Amino acid sequence: MLLRRREDLVCQQVVELVSDYLEGALSRSNRKRFEAHLRVCPNCTNYLEQMRATIRATGTLTPDDLSPEARAELTDLFRNWRGEGS
Amino acid sequence: MASDEPLPDAHTSTGWAPTLRTMDPATENDVELLSRLRDGDEAAFVTLVTRYNGSMLRLARTYVPSAAVAEEAVQDTWMGVVRGVDRFEGRSSFKTWLFRILVNRARSAGTREPRDLLLTDDSPAVDPSRFDAGGAWARPLESWETDADDRLLAATWSGRLRDALGELPPRQREIVILRDVEGMDSGDVCDVLGISEGNQRVLLHRGRSRLRAALESEFESRGR
Repeated sequence: MLLRRREDLVCQQVVELVSDYLEGALSRSNRKRFEAHLRVCPNCTNYLEQMRATIRATGTLTPDDLSPEARAELTDLFRNWRGEGS
Repeated sequence: MASDEPLPDAHTSTGWAPTLRTMDPATENDVELLSRLRDGDEAAFVTLVTRYNGSMLRLARTYVPSAAVAEEAVQDTWMGVVRGVDRFEGRSSFKTWLFRILVNRARSAGTREPRDLLLTDDSPAVDPSRFDAGGAWARPLESWETDADDRLLAATWSGRLRDALGELPPRQREIVILRDVEGMDSGDVCDVLGISEGNQRVLLHRGRSRLRAALESEFESRGR
């Protein structure tokens, strides 16, 4: 997003910069403005923490287990391939 | 562990391993498994399948209309892996190589909208009605800091999160899956998907913002 220089960030801008901040993709000056806003804004501090918590929670999602049928099917494919190859 | 040693309880047979291996399959690394796969070792193949198949299905589903088509793309990918394993040179991680094959196969099987159409989601990270005229929060934002992890890990939240992930636009979903579920770094994700860092960040931002909003509404509707 385009930021006008030398103006303080407002909360609505901060929430759009959170990912760039977490990815280390903000310019040095924008990072300073971002962090300056956080120092005085408990709501945006909470918002940043909510985003971090969301990312942590997403990391705990596990895929469904492989069904025995699917495993057997793949194993058959493998055996066929090995049979052809040798 | 030698094959004549008694098995500890945690290692009781899982039914599919034809012989007891010298390493615990759960911890054996991909490179070792690949080297056995090159020798035609079925147990190594099954271990890799067990490790990655679920992740692959979830990723494939972002490209194709049905679970059945996703399964075909995943099977096709495994066959590509066993046929092409000699060409894997280890310049990327096995997982990156595997997912790149999968994305290529799933894309050709899929009927997804043209790529650039899906970059046009410019919906804001947070509903504009949450802000006052000056762009400040109109009402205080709840802190999740206390016992946040316990709450987020609870089965009910992860159910809501799983649903929200499934409802993301496909391009956002694939990136959130690769980055935040699979834990790949941004360079590998750009490599797998063939997109720029900038596009990846935009999509990641939209996707993560939507997941946060979904969790927030869940917390608010259930109370603390």
